[in-house]
Amino acid sequence: MGAVESDRMSRVRAVAARELRAYFNSPIAYVFLTVFAGSALFTFFNAGSFFSRGVADLRGLFGPLPLLMILLVPALTMRLWAEEQKQGTLEVLLTLPVRDHQLVAGKFLASWTLLASGLALTLALPFSVALIGKLDWGPVIGGYIGALLLGAAYLAVGQFVSATTENQILAFILALVVCLAFYGVGTEAFSGLFDDRTAAALRGIGTGSRFQSVARGVIDLRDLVYYASVTLFFLAACVMAVRARRWT
Amino acid sequence: MITLQNLEKTYGETRALKGISFSISKGEVVGLLGPNGAGKTTAIKIIVGYLLPTAGSATVAGFDVVSHPLEVQERIGYLPENAPLYLDMLAQEYLDFMADMRGLDARTRAIRLARVVEECAIQPVLTRPLGQLSKGYRQRVGLAAALLHDPQILVLDEPTTGLDPNQIAEVRHLVRRMGSTKTVILSTHILSEVEATCDRAVILIDGRVRADASLAEITRSSVQVVTLSARDPVAARHDLEGLRGVIAVDETDRGDGFHTFRLHLEGDGEIGEAVGELARERGWRLRELRRDDRSLEQVFRELTDTAAGEEWAPKAESSPGEAETWAPSSPIA
Repeated sequence: MGAVESDRMSRVRAVAARELRAYFNSPIAYVFLTVFAGSALFTFFNAGSFFSRGVADLRGLFGPLPLLMILLVPALTMRLWAEEQKQGTLEVLLTLPVRDHQLVAGKFLASWTLLASGLALTLALPFSVALIGKLDWGPVIGGYIGALLLGAAYLAVGQFVSATTENQILAFILALVVCLAFYGVGTEAFSGLFDDRTAAALRGIGTGSRFQSVARGVIDLRDLVYYASVTLFFLAACVMAVRARRWT
Repeated sequence: MITLQNLEKTYGETRALKGISFSISKGEVVGLLGPNGAGKTTAIKIIVGYLLPTAGSATVAGFDVVSHPLEVQERIGYLPENAPLYLDMLAQEYLDFMADMRGLDARTRAIRLARVVEECAIQPVLTRPLGQLSKGYRQRVGLAAALLHDPQILVLDEPTTGLDPNQIAEVRHLVRRMGSTKTVILSTHILSEVEATCDRAVILIDGRVRADASLAEITRSSVQVVTLSARDPVAARHDLEGLRGVIAVDETDRGDGFHTFRLHLEGDGEIGEAVGELARERGWRLRELRRDDRSLEQVFRELTDTAAGEEWAPKAESSPGEAETWAPSSPIA
């Protein structure tokens, strides 16, 4: 049983390794990491007005992060399945003795690793802030965990969308739209249009509104469970979308 | 090894397979032959577990492709049409990845990798990106990947499309070599391919099996051609008609004293010797004595023509039972 288990994991790892290699064999990985770290720094010092507020925290980073990820995550996920379909390699992949969910898991892990690397690049910020003032590390660690989970949810949405088309541009735009919708329903501007109870429910669904408390340093288990649920839901949907191909 | 039973596949409104059945025994090299759009690729995609059938069943090595796809896929090496590869990878990386996905352990992997690299002669390109390789090399890397786990069954979809004559010869040579130890099924619309590599042909036309027999049986006709000069051609004809196994005789007067008789035979029994014997007894001068074998090309054209005829006939709604499968009169071994 143990051997079978490790055998299964090794397939997931093989898929993840291949996807990571594909990211780095193309400009995507470099462009993503540069733009991600660059925009995080820019928003932290400008939009986040770190110096004028005079508080040693990372709200300037975590505040805009949901939107930043919405813009950049689809670039990581758009090719995951669309390209396989376009190049015909899907046929190679789906006729290997592997289960569909292992493929989905491998691809997800690869994209998550790259996103985590992008977040890791921003670690320079908390360390610099800690040098200048007294930084409370609790909210920072919580913020990074929250960001990883929020990112996972977006990546799952993106991979699912990619599995439904062979057009990468379409996959990018659709992922952007779906992620924005998940973000948009929770914003004040949108939920404010409804009565209090509906608004509260909408804020509960919105990925951004939930992240605001995370950004303030409040880690609520319910938020984390919410992100994990969205992630699992869309990964499961992705497995279904891949499986549905066999019936067409 | 592979058994298809009343396999059907419908894409939306299109019925790509209208109930095909055939089986392939261990060690056979079978060509799946048919015009483009006949359903060859669809049949292959179902066998390898990429597509699910709409109706009917397909089993590979005793495993059903729908309920046990992984067991089927472990036993099959598959090279899809145009040999799709991850073009950003090096050939070596690609083979390593495939070995990982096949779950080969370190020892087996080293042995198998060395083996397929040699068999497919891809040593010179191992450290080059697949995107830079010629079509011939891509095909061979794809084939190497398909052979990596030493599968019992090799499935090739149009393995020589787009290759130049030398590359075609190489691929055919490889297929023939694989055929000595493996069950091979390959699809093609090129007739000479089947003649060059296969023991048997299954001809698919418009989603149905139109012929299924060994190549010798398919091309063999039941007509014996005899050209002779006899003092009494009428008596000669009569004698020929009297031979055992002859159903009917056509006669053409060649004008130079010779007559050509076409003997329509029952089954595919040998009759040349009996004709020779008769000629000696009667004192005929024999000019020609041959079996009127058809080329596979002729057979194929005849079959496609009749299929097209059915297709275009107005209101000729053909039910599955009506479609006659052409088969030689003798039972297939």
